[in-house]
Amino acid sequence: MMVPINYFVALSGILFILGAVGVLVRRNLIVMFMSVELMLNAANLAFVAYARHYLSMDGQVFVFFVIAVAAAEVAVGLSMVIAIFRTRQNINVDDLNSLKG
Amino acid sequence: MLSETATVGGIFSLAPLVVFIPLAGMIFNMLFGGRLSQKLVGGIASAASGLTFVIAVLLGVALYNQHGEPVVVPFLEWIHIGAFQVDWAFRVDTLSVTMMLVVAGVGTLIHVYSVGYMHEDVIHQGDPSRFRRFFVFMNLFIAMMMILVIGDSYLMLFVGWEGVGLCSYLLIGFWYEKGENGIGNAIAGNKAFIVNRIGDVGMLLAMFTLFWVFGTLTFDEVFELAPEIAATTPAYIGLITLFMLVGVTGKSAQIPLYVWLPDAMAGPTPVSALIHAATMVTAGVYLIARSAPLYTLVPESQNVVALVGGLTAFFAATIAVGQNDIKKVLAYSTVSQLGFMVAAVGMGAFVAGMFHLVSHAFFKALLFLASGSVIQGMERGHHLEHHAHEHDLKPRKKKSKEPPFDPQDMRNMGGLAGRMRTTYWVYIVGALALAGIPPLSGFFSKDEILLEASHLNTTVYILLTIAAFFTAFYMGRQVWMVFLGQPRSAAAEKAEESPAVMTLPLIILAVLAFFGGLLNLPGPHTFGHWLEYTFEAFHLEMETLPFSLPVALISTLLAVVGILLAWMFYGRQPLEKGQEDPLRGILGWIFTGMQRKWWVDEIYHFLFVNPYIQLSHVFAEYVDWRFWHDWFHEVVLAGSFNQFARFLNFRIDAGIIDRIANGLGNGTQQIAGQMRQIQTGYVRNYALSLFLGVVLIVGYILLR
Repeated sequence: MMVPINYFVALSGILFILGAVGVLVRRNLIVMFMSVELMLNAANLAFVAYARHYLSMDGQVFVFFVIAVAAAEVAVGLSMVIAIFRTRQNINVDDLNSLKG
Repeated sequence: MLSETATVGGIFSLAPLVVFIPLAGMIFNMLFGGRLSQKLVGGIASAASGLTFVIAVLLGVALYNQHGEPVVVPFLEWIHIGAFQVDWAFRVDTLSVTMMLVVAGVGTLIHVYSVGYMHEDVIHQGDPSRFRRFFVFMNLFIAMMMILVIGDSYLMLFVGWEGVGLCSYLLIGFWYEKGENGIGNAIAGNKAFIVNRIGDVGMLLAMFTLFWVFGTLTFDEVFELAPEIAATTPAYIGLITLFMLVGVTGKSAQIPLYVWLPDAMAGPTPVSALIHAATMVTAGVYLIARSAPLYTLVPESQNVVALVGGLTAFFAATIAVGQNDIKKVLAYSTVSQLGFMVAAVGMGAFVAGMFHLVSHAFFKALLFLASGSVIQGMERGHHLEHHAHEHDLKPRKKKSKEPPFDPQDMRNMGGLAGRMRTTYWVYIVGALALAGIPPLSGFFSKDEILLEASHLNTTVYILLTIAAFFTAFYMGRQVWMVFLGQPRSAAAEKAEESPAVMTLPLIILAVLAFFGGLLNLPGPHTFGHWLEYTFEAFHLEMETLPFSLPVALISTLLAVVGILLAWMFYGRQPLEKGQEDPLRGILGWIFTGMQRKWWVDEIYHFLFVNPYIQLSHVFAEYVDWRFWHDWFHEVVLAGSFNQFARFLNFRIDAGIIDRIANGLGNGTQQIAGQMRQIQTGYVRNYALSLFLGVVLIVGYILLR
C-alpha cells in the first residue's frame, strides 16, 4: 500500500522547521551544522517523495546533487570548526563576533 | 627735378661708402678690437676715417669735373606711406662735399692724435679697457656726421643730427664715473643731451610744418616749391625757419641753449676738438646754409638768426675772458665763433659762414688738441714731480690726501713754452688765427663775415667787431698765462712734450690753420665759386663783396689792441703763484660776472630747472604717489579686488562649495554610523534575517 504523499510532505516540513529552529537557537557550531543537515535532508525527503509520486527521475537527480554538495560542505565546515577550535579553544558562535560593525 | 639731369654712376656710386667705411671700422673694433693691441685698434679707426676722407676727395674731384652739378645717389627705399615718401639718398654737391672733407679730414687727424692721447688718458684714469670703446664711438660719430651732411632730405639729416647727439652724449660721459662727486661727467653728458632735446623739438616742429606745408621733406622738392609758397603765405616759411633756428641754437650752442657746450668739456680733449669744436656743433650752421633757399625768402627770420648769432658771439666772448680752465676758455670761444658763423649764414652770407666754419675747424681743432697736449704735459710733470719726492710706484693712493691737482687750471701753468716747444708754436699759430691776425686763415674768414655784416646789418657788425676784440684779448691772456712767464706749480716746471703721434697732427693742423685763408682769398674767391654751384642750383644770387680796407683795418687793429692789452695785463708782469687776476682790480664785479658766466646757469636753474624739479616733486608726491598709488592702486584697484576675492572666498567657496563637499562627507558618515548597528556579529541574527527574507520573498510569491 502506498503511503500518501501528504505524510511525506508533513514529515519533511516538520524536519525542516526543526532544523531551522536548531540553526537559530543553538550556539554550538557542530549542532548548528547538524541542524543544517537536517534541513537539507528534509528537502531531500520532499524531493524523493514527489519524484516517486510523479514517477519522475528529476527529483532523484536533485537529491544526489544535494547529498554530494552537503558532503563537501560538511567537509569544509568541519575543518573550519576544527581550525576555530584550535585557535580559540571554543566553538560557541556567540563568542565569534569579531566582525561586528 | 634738377638732379635727374646729372648722371649717377662712376665715382658717385662710391658716395654711400662715406657712411659705411667708418661704420665698418666701428663694427670691426667692436667685434675684434678686444684682442688687438691699442695701436692696431687706433690704427684701424684712423684708417677708416682716413679712407672716408679719400672717398670725400674723390667725390670732390668728380664733382669738380662736372662743374659742380649736384648729384643725388639713390640708395634704399625707406618710408613710403601715402604721400609721405622719404628714401635713403645721398646728395653730393659742393656744400656736402665741403662738410665731408672737413669732417673726415680733421676727424682723421684727431683720430691719429687720439691714439697717443687716449693711450695716456686710459692709464691716467685707470681703465685701459676703455681705449677701444673710445674709437668705436669716434667712428660711429664720423658715420653719423656723414649721414647728417650727405642726406638728401630733412629726415635723413635728422637721423644724423640725432646720431651725432648720441655720440656727443656718450663721449662727454666717457669717464662717466669721474668728475665732481663721481657723477660730474655723467651730469654734463645728461645736460648736453637734454638741452639738445629741447632744440630737437624745434627741429621736429620744423619738419612737421615742412611736411604739412610742402608734403615732402626732400631738399630738391622743398626748395623748388618754396618760392610759390612764399608768394602766397610767407608766414609758413617764417615759422619753419624759426623752428629750425631753435634746433640750431641747441646743436650749435647759441643763446639761449648754449649752456651745454662748456660743460661738454668733461669729455676727453680729442672729443672736445672733434665734436664740440670742429664738426658736430657746426651742424646748425650747415643746416641753415643747406636751407638757404628757405631763409632767403623770409628776411625777418634772417634778422632773428643774425641777431642770435651776433649776441652769442659777443656774450660768449665776454665769458671766455674770465675763465681759468684752459678748455673752458676754448669752449666759450667756440660758442662765440659759432655765433659768428650763425650770424653770417643768418645774414645770407652763406659762403662767409661756411668759410669760417672750415677755417674754424682747422684752428679750433688745433687749439683743443694743443690744449690736450698741454694738459697731458702737466699731468706728466705732476707725475714726475711726485715720483721724485716719494719713489712711490702707486702715487694714486697718496694723492687722495692732498687737494686734487687740476691739470687744466691755467693758474697752475706758466712758462710751458720752454718745456713744450712744438705745442707752444702750434698754439701760437692757432691763437693768432683765432684772433684774426693776417695772413692766417682766421683773418680772412672772420673778415669776410665782418665785411658782409657791415653791408647787411650794422647791429650785428658792431656786436661781432667787439666780439673779435675780446677774442684777441682772451687768446692773448691764455697764451701768456699758459706758455709764458714763470711756472706757477711744480707740475708746470716738470711738464714734458707729447709724443710724435700727437704733435704730428698738431703740425699738420697748424699748417692748415696758417694757410687756410688761401681757400678764399678776397680776389679769386675760390671757395665762394665752389659753393656757388650748390646755391645757384636754387637760383640764389651770391654776390661777392669787394675787399674793404676799412673793415679789415678796424678788425686787425682791434685784434692787435686786444693782444697788446693782454700783454699789458699778463705779459709785462706775469702772474705770480696765487696772485689775483689783474683784471679783477680793474673791472671789479664785471670780471666776477665774466668768471661766473654771468650766472646764466644759476638763472636757468632758478627759472627752469628748479621749478621743473619742484613740479616733478609735486607730480611724484601728489599725482603719482598719493593719487595713483595710494588712491587708485591701493584703494580702487587693490581694494575692490580684495573685496571681490573676499566675496568669492567666504560666500562662494566657503559658503557653497565647501558646504556641499562637507555635507556629502558628513551624510555618508552618519548613514554609515546607523548602518553599522545592523552588523551585530551574531550568526543567528544573520541567519534569522536570511530566514525572514526567504519567508517574505516566498510569501510574496505565493500570495501574489
